[in-house]
Amino acid sequence: MSNLNKMKIIIIEKALKLDCGKEISNFPLAYETYGNLNEKKDNAILIFHALTGDQYASGINPITKKEGWWNYAVGPGKAFDTDKFFVICANVIGGCMGSYGPGIIDPLTNKPIGTNFPVITINDMVNAQYNLLDYLNIEKLFAVAGGSMGGMQVLQFVSNFPNKARVALPIACTASHSAQNIAFNELGRQAIMSDSNWNEGLYDEKSKNPDKGLAVARMAAHITYLSKQGLQEKFGRNLQERSDLKFGFDADFQIESYLRYQGSVFVDRFDANSYLYITRAMDYFDLTKQFGGNLSKAFKDTKTKFFVISFTSDWLYPTSENKDIVIALNAIGADVGFVEIKTDKGHDSFLLDVPDFLSTIKNYLNTTYSNINERRI
Amino acid sequence: MKEEFKVISKFIEEKSRVLDVGCGDGILMEYLSKNKVVDVRGLEISKEKVKKCLSKGLAVIEGDAENDLKQFPDLSFDYVILSQTLQAFMTPENVIENLLRVGKKVIVTIPNFGHWKVRLDLLLKGEMPVTKNLPYQWYNTPNLHMCTIQDFYNFCNNKRVNIYKSISLNGEKISNITTSNLKYKNLISELGIFLLEK
Repeated sequence: MSNLNKMKIIIIEKALKLDCGKEISNFPLAYETYGNLNEKKDNAILIFHALTGDQYASGINPITKKEGWWNYAVGPGKAFDTDKFFVICANVIGGCMGSYGPGIIDPLTNKPIGTNFPVITINDMVNAQYNLLDYLNIEKLFAVAGGSMGGMQVLQFVSNFPNKARVALPIACTASHSAQNIAFNELGRQAIMSDSNWNEGLYDEKSKNPDKGLAVARMAAHITYLSKQGLQEKFGRNLQERSDLKFGFDADFQIESYLRYQGSVFVDRFDANSYLYITRAMDYFDLTKQFGGNLSKAFKDTKTKFFVISFTSDWLYPTSENKDIVIALNAIGADVGFVEIKTDKGHDSFLLDVPDFLSTIKNYLNTTYSNINERRI
Repeated sequence: MKEEFKVISKFIEEKSRVLDVGCGDGILMEYLSKNKVVDVRGLEISKEKVKKCLSKGLAVIEGDAENDLKQFPDLSFDYVILSQTLQAFMTPENVIENLLRVGKKVIVTIPNFGHWKVRLDLLLKGEMPVTKNLPYQWYNTPNLHMCTIQDFYNFCNNKRVNIYKSISLNGEKISNITTSNLKYKNLISELGIFLLEK
């Protein structure tokens, strides 16, 4: 991959103590930036990606040649306006786009670390990314933002570094991963691990990858990102390039064909072991438990302005779980806004062109940024 | 800005913490944060209005007073405002109780059902009144519990809620309501604005 040469990567020399007890140092963190940091260095926004995202939030991803995962939201004139803001996004540790993950080569064996990679947490991901701010010389971020697992990182970041961001946008997320979500993640992991190619995680590029398992994991997960109504409207019982049922197990229905396609393109860009590690990190996320059962304590003394957003048809990270965050913040008198956006696009709404959602974020960020500047004068 | 909001903002001391329940488009919130340097939060039931408020950077949460006031701790605000929505709740009694729990002081405004035009409508036409402040028909009104200024006075007396100030608003005319002019003000006021304390 010649593009790897162009990839922005910092090597974090400082030791990072992981939640599992292990310590890592001299590890790579891949990132990308959009827009320019202004002279006052007060316009930086750190964006956290979700389970299968990477650092390429905007424009065309140079590795996959496809649109960045948050291209609807990040770019010139968009919700996170890169004409105005300096947007930073890093690949999480555990990921497979240049950051320290199970796919990186162990110099001793010349093979991928695989399952010798330590189990990491959302807390570890956030602590690793914090180093990027020192490297980029940013004293204070204007905002941190992210959806789904990105939202969990937002919550953890504000909790770990209470005065580092003026604004926090946790979107379609939770403070405590639910049993249902752990169950779906376990389904995905079992699909991968029961693929014989997985080989206890010791596959490498030369051997066969557990593509089938990973594709099934993606198919199952993809269903959870959509709503029943959305699926029904888009596919219904439409047949795939045929006029009648074929009385077999080929993809008769469009929805089957669609899911198979989603599975097959996913394996080209994602590493099965990364999928195991990142879903595990999500399952372990319980900010409420980290603070002895009282989520409010996670945000004690915070001066950050929160804007929590959920979606009506998101049943994976439902409004009620997002509202729990709002309730915890109100209990300590934090500055918090909250809206549930009406859409039938399910959990995926935060990644899609949902005009109400995007315009509200854009206006919120722009107004808040100018209010902060006015008050300083 | 509405006369009503001018009266409300005069009640509010600078640099205090305010919760605007049913904050609508956030017009009062904006005015208060700019002119009174208050730390102001809003609660609003309409998604459209919440989005408008958030677009202005206001700290507004989507929710309704009957369910969502619970999350605010006791006496966590210096003032809680409830502008012309008391009559729309299922249980106004509980809402008032919760407002007084959350706020050190509570400002409530009510459209006055005792206004002479309202009384006359029912008396002469024998129909449910439809006025500028109460523009709905009986079958589509969100106003479930209409009351008069006199009713609200009686309610506060029964509940041992102190009325610190009460203002009558009739068009643009602002005047004080006292125990001696209460019967008259109840006849001529379109709105009653009350500053309450437990």
